[in-house]
Amino acid sequence: MNIHATPKFNAALESKAKLRVADCDLHPVPNTLKDLYPFLEKRWRDHFESFGARRRQGIYQGPVYPKGQPEAARRDAWPPGGRPGSRLDLMQRQHLDANNVELGILTVINPHPGNYQNPDQSSAMCRAVNDWQVAEWTQKDKRLKASILTAYEHGEAAVAEIERLADNPDFVQVFLLSRTAQPLGNRCYWPIYEAASRAHLPVGVHAFGNSGFPITSSGWPSYYIEEMAGHAQSCQSQVTSLVLEGVFERFPELRVVFIESGFGWLPSLSWRLDAHWKKLKAENPTLKRLPSEYIREHIWVTTQPMEEPERPRHLLDLFEWIGWDRVLYSSDYPHWDFDDPARCLPAGVTQEQRDKLFLTNALSLYGKE
Amino acid sequence: MKPPRIGAIDCDIHPALPALSSLLPYLSDHWREMALQSGLHELETVNYPPGAPLTARQDWRPAQGKAASALAQVTAQALDPWDTSLAICNCLYGVQALFSEDLAAGIARALNSWIAREWLDLEPRLRASIVIPMQSPELAVDEIEFWASDKRFVQVLMLVTGDAPLGRRQYWPIYAAAARHGLPVGIHAGSSFRYPMTPVGWTSYYAEDYVNQSQAFQTQLTSLICEGAFSKYPELRVVLLESGFTWLPAHVWHLSKFWRGLRMEVPWVDRPPFEIVRDQVRLTLQPVDAPPRREVLERVLEHMGSDKLLLYSTDYPHWQFDGEDALPDGLSDALVRKILIDNPREAYPRVMETVQ
Repeated sequence: MNIHATPKFNAALESKAKLRVADCDLHPVPNTLKDLYPFLEKRWRDHFESFGARRRQGIYQGPVYPKGQPEAARRDAWPPGGRPGSRLDLMQRQHLDANNVELGILTVINPHPGNYQNPDQSSAMCRAVNDWQVAEWTQKDKRLKASILTAYEHGEAAVAEIERLADNPDFVQVFLLSRTAQPLGNRCYWPIYEAASRAHLPVGVHAFGNSGFPITSSGWPSYYIEEMAGHAQSCQSQVTSLVLEGVFERFPELRVVFIESGFGWLPSLSWRLDAHWKKLKAENPTLKRLPSEYIREHIWVTTQPMEEPERPRHLLDLFEWIGWDRVLYSSDYPHWDFDDPARCLPAGVTQEQRDKLFLTNALSLYGKE
Repeated sequence: MKPPRIGAIDCDIHPALPALSSLLPYLSDHWREMALQSGLHELETVNYPPGAPLTARQDWRPAQGKAASALAQVTAQALDPWDTSLAICNCLYGVQALFSEDLAAGIARALNSWIAREWLDLEPRLRASIVIPMQSPELAVDEIEFWASDKRFVQVLMLVTGDAPLGRRQYWPIYAAAARHGLPVGIHAGSSFRYPMTPVGWTSYYAEDYVNQSQAFQTQLTSLICEGAFSKYPELRVVLLESGFTWLPAHVWHLSKFWRGLRMEVPWVDRPPFEIVRDQVRLTLQPVDAPPRREVLERVLEHMGSDKLLLYSTDYPHWQFDGEDALPDGLSDALVRKILIDNPREAYPRVMETVQ
């Protein structure tokens, strides 16, 4: 949280034989949406100027819950005259070079037009963001790989965009926001899973979005802290849905990554699913295996925001229960709750575990080894 | 062979209303006439579909009628076999799902009267929770005040999902009344379905909704902490009923991380969330949602950082465990004693008051 990349800290990192890092949650932003205009048909530029983008919320621009920091960003991540995350050179200097990032997965969430109500605008804007990622980021720094933003509420359009980019080596996953309009196991999303499986791409699901439903099953909370903490419950609902609605039985190749939603909840959820599925399995006979087995095989989680137990070593229990091969380091750069790779793990992690979490899990998931 | 459980206090059992008609003697003249005139239907909720396996364990289903709907059945199945000294009746009926707050208040009053007359009066081992019309905090407080002098009512009962997050200020008069009378607020699994059980819409299967109850408990704990209910009423005690508990440590750790970064937004949360939980929150045992290996459960219990949090419950007649023992493996004798007896006595100040 607001950790500054001080020279002292960098020197310490140098001396420790360089931790090699794959960062699975990096947030580039266009400085203004006009940065996307070179990639957008005139019709949609005009549309945006007139009507903006409609989401399922009451505030026209920005979030309904005011964030804890301007742009939810680290205070040291503002480039002169621009938005945090808008400048490759600052990202390189401050994070990629400083923290020895070999692979950085771009996860554009601001904007993620898959969250827009107008289906054609959603598709056009997703295409524009995807092309912008290539032109401005992945072609300029080979360490960076992009995620395919999709109009995920509109299956056909999403499939078309996945197919358009599936053979482009700059893209390594299909990408959507977690607050979808239906639970992710719902069959309306199955064409996306089919296309992702066909393209051998994992599906990344990042916290946020506007489902139109409150983030609690009892309605809307008052505060940003509640919404932020609530993404962990929201993603538990998504895992539950994917498993119990039979997605992994239908798409045995599918790999799903939950990004920025915490991970400590996954073991307990697996135990609960197993316990209750044993009693209720007659309801959906397409499931052939214990829910925890589907989870162990098909679900990955990123680490940031990393849980902070009162006794740090308890964190290692969580990794053990999830599986050291299923956790992916993520920084969330340039956001305020950035987890520093040099400091975020407690003592007691073996070299092999460290290698998996920081590097090799991501390399093998994203096909880069 | 199950070990002796003498003195155990079962903090969550569910006597079932045989039928709406059982309430007729306890309804006011107006609501009795309205019930008959309008052909008011049964108010079972979809939280527990009558035939679903989880709703009643197969060997507890009678040949006729509903499980747990007759006192003799409950004493024979839920009290005698486990040497239970006391059990708290949490009556689950569709009071909270109604949209008319007046009707909800009318049914709640009748339901509480039925429990008092037909269960508490007849079986000294039973205690009960006051069912309230959550739709109206004003009428809910009336209901608490009406029963507060009857010390066999040991708790106020709410559902984990309703019209609004439970920490919001509209509910604070309920917490003030409960705290004033030494009544913990019990929050039980179940929804009134104002919203879907997930933040991403309606599910296809019952199993999803039931699993999602635990996520509802997580969000309500967040709400009660962050919106300041625990800070405003330091004497407020909350018991999470049929919530599962293995989710608790990771959830509070996750929330604590955000609290460290965002506490300026909720300045009344002036101490770490886990401290608040240990002082003001308890959870019932069943469903254990246990990991498959005993040593894993031991580590989860260590993560909770307190042996005072868990209260014994069978969740009878819901099917949460097989066989005779509601306690999972992996608990020390000292912890078993706390879960069975000491913790319930501490959580429910009234529970021993009417022991004869």
